[in-house]
Amino acid sequence: MTPTQISQIAFYFFAGLAVLGAILTVTVRNVVHSAIFLITSLLATAGIFLTLGAQFVFAVQIILYVGGIMVLFIFVIMLVNLDVALHQLQFNRQGWVAGLLALVLASQLGFAIWFARGEGSLDIPAGRTGALSPQNVEQFGLALFEKYALPFEIASVLLLVALIGAVVMTKKRV
Amino acid sequence: MIPIGHYLFVSLALFIIGVIGVLTRRNVIIILMSIELILNAVNINLVAFSRHWANVDGQIFTLFIITDAAAEAAVGLGIIIAFFKNRETVLADEMDLLKW
Amino acid sequence: MSALLEFLKTYMWPLIFALVIVGVLPLLAGYVVLMERKVMADMQARLGPMRVGPHGLLQPIADALKLLIKEDIIPENADKLVFWFAPVISVTAAMLAYSALAIGPFFQIAELNIGLLFIVAVSSMGIFGIILGGWASNSHYSLLGALRSTAQMISYETAAGLALVGGVLLAGTLSTQKIVQAQQGGTWFVFVAPIGFFLYLVASIAETNRAPFDLPEAESELVAGYMTEYSGFRWAVYFLAEYANMIVVASIATTLFLGGWLRPFGSIAALDFLDFFPPLCFLGVAGYCFYRTPKQPEPIQSGVMALFGGLCLLLAAAMALPFVPAFAASKAGVHGAFWFLLKVSLYIYSFMWIRFTFPRFRFDQLMKLGWYFMIPLSIVNVLGLGVYKVLRQLQWSRWPAFLLTTGGTLLVAIWLVWLAQRKVAVPGPVGDMTEAEG
Repeated sequence: MTPTQISQIAFYFFAGLAVLGAILTVTVRNVVHSAIFLITSLLATAGIFLTLGAQFVFAVQIILYVGGIMVLFIFVIMLVNLDVALHQLQFNRQGWVAGLLALVLASQLGFAIWFARGEGSLDIPAGRTGALSPQNVEQFGLALFEKYALPFEIASVLLLVALIGAVVMTKKRV
Repeated sequence: MIPIGHYLFVSLALFIIGVIGVLTRRNVIIILMSIELILNAVNINLVAFSRHWANVDGQIFTLFIITDAAAEAAVGLGIIIAFFKNRETVLADEMDLLKW
Repeated sequence: MSALLEFLKTYMWPLIFALVIVGVLPLLAGYVVLMERKVMADMQARLGPMRVGPHGLLQPIADALKLLIKEDIIPENADKLVFWFAPVISVTAAMLAYSALAIGPFFQIAELNIGLLFIVAVSSMGIFGIILGGWASNSHYSLLGALRSTAQMISYETAAGLALVGGVLLAGTLSTQKIVQAQQGGTWFVFVAPIGFFLYLVASIAETNRAPFDLPEAESELVAGYMTEYSGFRWAVYFLAEYANMIVVASIATTLFLGGWLRPFGSIAALDFLDFFPPLCFLGVAGYCFYRTPKQPEPIQSGVMALFGGLCLLLAAAMALPFVPAFAASKAGVHGAFWFLLKVSLYIYSFMWIRFTFPRFRFDQLMKLGWYFMIPLSIVNVLGLGVYKVLRQLQWSRWPAFLLTTGGTLLVAIWLVWLAQRKVAVPGPVGDMTEAEG
């Protein structure tokens, strides 16, 4: 088994896991189980990033998404969890409209991808990865602090605003 | 080498599942989680194209999207807690004070 | 078949190392527990476990056997699947972190470009084991313990991460191998960033939920926190995860601040006789074992003692191997593992020392310490180390740069303590304390 084959197996495994986790996320009844399946899906996505050689994004996905955002989600679920809510209707009555819409969207996007594939432009050419080294953490950092320094600052301001907003929102009396 | 189309199809599947979740679930928290799924689908696309064009920009956009998701989750969950304190529910179709 | 052989040939050493770690880590955790009981006994002027094996040397094995055959109780209203799965998450996260740690220049499963980041990411997943276990037990104590634990771990993870950023800034890389190599010629980073090391020490105690920050498991308040409903083997798995986590944070601190597998004073040629320390150390322990052998009360205990002595002799021989010219190349690997594990044990000993010295914090004190002191100071520490690096690039010599940056950080620390100690006149009616606090 060559490393390429291993990465192929890894990709299909992670892809299946991500889709399965996503399906279970939106279908199971219990909110905590839903969150667990979402975590599975996010971790599988991190694995997909790894097969793409995006090591830094892999780490950020796990630290921020899984270790940060999802913990926050579970925390809030446990704060607001109502046993009553479990026995209520979990799906609203617009299921068929949603299904139709999703079908239309899926066929549109799927056709677009399929069509582009037919022209042969969407396969990764063998020699294309030259400019992007497999270990591209340094490239990532340089681009982030040189080319994208301003968006980076804006993102930090956004986080500050969100922080203040969340604190104000959950305060007892404003 | 895995063709990039496969990555796009995985991303498409996650996106559609997320959309269905947003449209059909009643629980606001699950709606928020479905939005995370959608963002995640976009991330896969960006990273796959970053590899495809041998350019690191796509990965940086991913970082910004994750930052965005963190901000969105913080504010969204704050709203949910505030709402729960007032109305004792987390169901989206019971948030109907402005419906008249 | 040939594909499998090819696979095994490519990944032989990583697989062997992984098996060794999966096999040895539980044993090591058991002996850390024994060490903790012995240290506690020593500090309280007792003997500690003495019955199972000579000087209690077989106590961990007896404990493990007892836990394995205990009845496995699952609460009636528990979420069975999650209840079963939660401890597994904890222990997997703790063990996975070891895949990127370098115990020597050779003994490492995978050399990753993002090594340290990977370790932080993987060990941050351990939180889920705790919070899901607490939730699945369907008990108030468990849930309260889990929520406390999560709040505490998230708060202190920020401080620990920022403390690590300081060290990474000095090394200029995230790979564990290269971090240690960066400390090879010069000084260990603990002497460049003492405040960063201190911050990481405190934050790592809080992250592993140990006293004085053991609120999630505070017996007098919450029975046993998230582990209340767990018993037998599942409880043992949680316990293993906790101690494995201790070993992981100790290894991170060793790698980043204490020079990893490097020998102390490696750059001073006059102190090269320290190379004889590893074999002599084991030789001494073996000698003591043989000296104590005839004094054991039971013949079987004498036998076990002699066995331990023989084991130490074997280790001493392994440590002496690099002095044979034919095997001189193995020196970095064998001695490296020795120094690494020695430093890890010293770090864990400091954990125990702190545990038996300080009283437990109150929860609001804990949060205040985390958010008002640790996090601001760790941000200032990162800034200070950045300034240090710039000054060094401007050809400043080491001491002025060090004194300037560390002194500045220390001043900020004193200012933060002063801010926290200051008595603030709280406006508002008497008795409305909750509002004034928040």
